Amino acid sequence: MTVTDSGVAGVVGTPMARREDPALLSGEARFVDDLVVPGALHVGLVRSPHANARIRSVDSSAALALPGVVAAFSGADLRDEWAQPLPCAWPVTEEMLNPAHLPVAIEHARYVGDAVAVVVAESAYVAEDAAAAVEVDYDVLPAVVDLEDAATDRALVHPDLSTNIAYTWELTPDPGAVERAFADATHTVSERYVQQRLIPEAMEPRGVCVVPQPFGDEYTVYSATQIPHILRVMLALSLGVAETRLRVIAPAVGGGFGSKLNVYAEELLCAALARRLHRPVRWTEDRTENAQATVQGRGQIQHIELAANGDGKIAAVRVRLLADMGAYLQLVTPGIPLLGAFIYHGAYDVPAYSFSCRGVFTTKTPTDAYRGAGRPEATYAIERAIDALARKVGVDPAEIRRRNFIAPDAFPYSSAPGLVFDSGNYEATMAKALELAGYGDLRVEQRARRAQGSSRLLGVGLSSYVEMCGLAPSRVLASLNYSAGGWESATVRILPTGKAQVVTGTSPHGQGHVTSWSMIVADKFGMSPDDVEVLHSDTAVSPHGMDTYGSRSLSVGGTAVFLAAGRVLDKARTIAAHQLEVAEEDLELAGGTFVVKGSPERSMALGTIAFEAFTAHNLPDGLEPTLEAGVTWDPPNFTFPFGTHVAVVEVDQETGRVDLVRYVAVDDCGEQVNPLIVEGQVHGGIVQGVAQALWEEAVYDNDGNLLTATLTDYLVPSAAEVPSLTVGRTITPSPTNPMGVKGVGETGTIAATPAVMNAVIDALAPFGVRDLDMPASPERVWDAIRGIDKEGRA
Amino acid sequence: MRVRLSVNGGSQEHEVEPRLLLVHYLREVVGLTGTNVGCDTSSCGACTVLMDGESVKSCTVLAVQADGTEVTTIEGMARDGVMHPIQEAFREHHALQCGYCTPGMVMAAASLLEEHRNPTEAEVREGLEGNLCRCTGYHNIVKAVLAAGSAREALV
Repeated sequence: MTVTDSGVAGVVGTPMARREDPALLSGEARFVDDLVVPGALHVGLVRSPHANARIRSVDSSAALALPGVVAAFSGADLRDEWAQPLPCAWPVTEEMLNPAHLPVAIEHARYVGDAVAVVVAESAYVAEDAAAAVEVDYDVLPAVVDLEDAATDRALVHPDLSTNIAYTWELTPDPGAVERAFADATHTVSERYVQQRLIPEAMEPRGVCVVPQPFGDEYTVYSATQIPHILRVMLALSLGVAETRLRVIAPAVGGGFGSKLNVYAEELLCAALARRLHRPVRWTEDRTENAQATVQGRGQIQHIELAANGDGKIAAVRVRLLADMGAYLQLVTPGIPLLGAFIYHGAYDVPAYSFSCRGVFTTKTPTDAYRGAGRPEATYAIERAIDALARKVGVDPAEIRRRNFIAPDAFPYSSAPGLVFDSGNYEATMAKALELAGYGDLRVEQRARRAQGSSRLLGVGLSSYVEMCGLAPSRVLASLNYSAGGWESATVRILPTGKAQVVTGTSPHGQGHVTSWSMIVADKFGMSPDDVEVLHSDTAVSPHGMDTYGSRSLSVGGTAVFLAAGRVLDKARTIAAHQLEVAEEDLELAGGTFVVKGSPERSMALGTIAFEAFTAHNLPDGLEPTLEAGVTWDPPNFTFPFGTHVAVVEVDQETGRVDLVRYVAVDDCGEQVNPLIVEGQVHGGIVQGVAQALWEEAVYDNDGNLLTATLTDYLVPSAAEVPSLTVGRTITPSPTNPMGVKGVGETGTIAATPAVMNAVIDALAPFGVRDLDMPASPERVWDAIRGIDKEGRA
Repeated sequence: MRVRLSVNGGSQEHEVEPRLLLVHYLREVVGLTGTNVGCDTSSCGACTVLMDGESVKSCTVLAVQADGTEVTTIEGMARDGVMHPIQEAFREHHALQCGYCTPGMVMAAASLLEEHRNPTEAEVREGLEGNLCRCTGYHNIVKAVLAAGSAREALV
């Protein structure tokens, strides 16, 4: 691709090594817990060991008696610190029920891990001792754990609300069309799938450090967050502090995957305690707290039905969801199912569509965004269901997809649920993926093994996906009742010495924005990426931003950078034309220098122009000094990356163990700025998606205890569990933005889970297995092979 | 209790609480914050350092147990401003994204390449089993360690 005005392709599109890496590789990068803050006090949280309990009393006297303990507070002691409860920014319906959620519970704890008291001490070790010494007397009530049971309102999470249903959200543009499609169908499929809860497990747990400034009631908030800008607004509202008195900095952040896209109790708490105690206050989460008190992902029960004709052409999709909210609505908890609500028809041309979702409270950790957020769930349902349809019609899984794909000439494609898909060539990615996987040979091998009665069962699974990302057009967000916009801002400058500076509103935490943004600007200006400084994640430096999530940063934030750099060039051209005394049209840009057409000896380099703009001694009348431009870009549409993944598994018939032996991904995320970074995103996304299929689950017992609160119980895969991955690509530019880019942060996770589960079920087909809950553990697989159901009946 | 040890070639001597973990000693007493803490069950390996040349999870070692040893942390890998070949390989192969597991992963890789001069892919995957990464899917980490292994083999 070419993004230079000069028509010379530069670094964009090349696999440039990242500029972020030296600091991270040498240990010099500073995460929140690495910051040296003299005099900082350490916070310890006392967390409820019960899923549902009235708090009868909190006794901190033993904690306060420990040397080094500075203060201790119950929820009631802190009541007046909060101008507003913790925010939920996505009230998906007018009637949605949103119970007040305080950083420290006062009367009632509603999940294991809910904070009920807080201690402040001179060291983290003492804070932990002190938290353990606080005595809380509880009146324990029944837990509400099972999602379907919770939906019956048999026991209530919030008795004041009289129901556990937070909201019901419907999207059925033409109910009659859906009814007719099912009435006329030759084949129907009706499936129930469970999306187990997942723990995001970013390797860096959360951390917060709030430093009060000596004068003027001002606070600097360091947080391991994906959203410093949104956090600043929300802190101001919840603490009743003017936004102008808060500076939020996200230093190096060790992964997020959606779990740091939130406003958390501990962020408000550290700020309130710093305000109250006039001392810096810090808190670093441990892994068990991370499992219990950081949001979890997924948690849905899905009913999906397909109506199809005799050839397997799908005429309608009908979906009914129960979505587990957990005990409270965090920042965007209720909206997560809506991010999938529009794409349950997947990559297929389906004329009739019906979706409805009920959000349900349970006495468990709140759910919220986790890599893919709604779209992995949707993709899983349609990709599992279309395999079920293929079995009914009696055709290969590849063939059923081919018959239903949205055709390449159908774009822009208006979908039944009301989106306009930007661009695509779905069959091309499948053809390439099947070729890379050697699909025909795999089926031959599978037949041979089955004929031999091999106990190494071979399974092949496909997943063709399309997703909506690049969050988001602000007007569309308005129609979904989301309380903010979806734009992104960038300022680009050429400094007096000829170096460039980018200020972005995105907030990277592993995605490599410093590298990619500098590549975009370097090509525009004909300079080296090393000469482009990229500033981010500090509200004092970058005051406007909507931050990083939803595979939005390149297609929204990168576009803002691209456009701002273009405006800088426009201004530079005006100055050059003025000083060279020619018309602007007579100038052409080559390698960072404006040259008079036909007179190559007459030219001005951008660095020279920048210095002229800086001195402002000789500028056109009315032109402002300095060479800079700011752009706030509100995308006109989402972007729609797509692709096909092929998973190959071997199942040991004797033990039920599933091994992922081969994995092929062909993704199309439009134009690529840095293919090295793109592939890295794909690899990581795939393994997270595979992990949902095979290993990970947040398991709760009937009393609401989280049984998988450590990394010894919650099976994040290591290098030993996964194979090397085969990654291919096609490139179909998006018409939505000038660089033609889409997004790639979540595609791997979206595609991988159904690919692997389809492969496992394919391997088990000779045993009549048609369904299996995730994760496909050895026990579940072993039982399925032997026809033993979930209740243990043969 | 008093501990005396070598950290990245420099001698350190401090009075410490008996329960102080080596990782917290390195981070808070010595001031080397490159070694990270990612869990509380010795599962993730983010805190991996070398103790007398062997990789250990420094969250599982008390500072007092490190008395008299030679400890190498990520800060001790580069020499004279030049990155260690393993660090270079990680950069070249994009073996890190957020970078939080990276110091531990590099130290584990260093220990692995001491034991297996030119390991196979299977040996690298097994050898790094105690270090978790949530970003990369391991593909590029394995590639980087294999490249560092074969590059060193070529020099011998």
